[in-house]
Amino acid sequence: MVTLEVASSKHLFKPGEFNMMYAFGIGDVAISISGNSANSGTVTHTLRAVGAVTRALAKHREGDVVGLRGPFGRGWPLDAAHGKQLVLIAGGIGLAPLRPVIYHFMQHAADFDSAYLLYGTRQPEDILFQQELVAWSGRPGFRYEVTVDYADENWQGHVGVVTPRVAKIPLQPDNAVAMLCGPEIMLRYCAEQLLQRGMRASDIFVSMERNMKCAIGLCGHCQYGPHFICKDGPVFSLAEILPWFGRSEI
Amino acid sequence: MKTIDILLKEHPFFWDMENTYVDLIAGCGRNQVYKTDDWLAREGETADKFYVIREGRVAVETEIPGRGRVALATIGAGEIVGWSWIFPPYRWTFDVRVRQTAHVVALDGKCLREKCETDKAMGYQLMKRFSRIMAERLKAARLQVMDIYGTHGDT
Repeated sequence: MVTLEVASSKHLFKPGEFNMMYAFGIGDVAISISGNSANSGTVTHTLRAVGAVTRALAKHREGDVVGLRGPFGRGWPLDAAHGKQLVLIAGGIGLAPLRPVIYHFMQHAADFDSAYLLYGTRQPEDILFQQELVAWSGRPGFRYEVTVDYADENWQGHVGVVTPRVAKIPLQPDNAVAMLCGPEIMLRYCAEQLLQRGMRASDIFVSMERNMKCAIGLCGHCQYGPHFICKDGPVFSLAEILPWFGRSEI
Repeated sequence: MKTIDILLKEHPFFWDMENTYVDLIAGCGRNQVYKTDDWLAREGETADKFYVIREGRVAVETEIPGRGRVALATIGAGEIVGWSWIFPPYRWTFDVRVRQTAHVVALDGKCLREKCETDKAMGYQLMKRFSRIMAERLKAARLQVMDIYGTHGDT
């Protein structure tokens, strides 16, 4: 896992938006913005080196130059969550696109009822933003829980996949807005749990991921039913995408 | 001080169960407290109980040669642990160790089996609840095996 901070004096973004990052000579890839939208001057991306482009990006050192286009897409609906309980469910690197939401909550806590983060990841060593999680936990109105899939006996937190923990969230189903980001299978099962607990599909938002190229809805690489994830998303309400959610070959 | 039947009626596992059944089951129970690192179960030993967890947290663990002790799942307040008492040979398949001081109602497996045989309707109610939990934990275990946070991307 690598965090790249790109100096960019005029880059403004909203939580949930993404940039196309270009590793010169290799290619480009959509990477969500994981920094604080209130900070100007640098734009932060957290990525996992898994393919040719992200491996090349991960090798960059201070002073290196990367290509960057953006921000693109539709982010998290923070205005729709005003006055409500903010429920954030993240899996693995899915915490990165939700971190700007947490920053926003920390700066505008009075605009919300409260915030609850449920974060699942593979093992304790993979937990992102550990120091920030500890710092945030002391802030009024914010609570979080981490669960890992695998752990040795030294780990004192929860062990197990994130989906059953959704049943334990102190949820206000009629007064909550949920924002989910992580592997699509996790999104499906977590969304299903939230629906079972009485939330409306229109109050559940998921960040979808597909192979993006142009990022402006022209090339069709990221078409998802009638939507283009790059332009109409990546954040969708569950109500918008329910007919295609979980269907194969879409 | 609350009696066992009250403690059980407050626990989600027994919500919606007829009071007469809960009262019957409560006759097999004992209120217990286990400290951190106490063992509730050891792999291979006789499984003569299941635990209704009221407070605290326990971990289902096993020992993997070369890797040491591995936690497979943690189970906490409002949940239950242990179903090996239902089926022969009535032996625990994993270790269960306390992570945070656990307040539990320990229900005697043999006593419960006898009551289930005598009162089949009660036994059905109990087994329905166990089946649901088994299905949920099987689903969770399948997701765990999928390693959904692994590095499966290609860009």
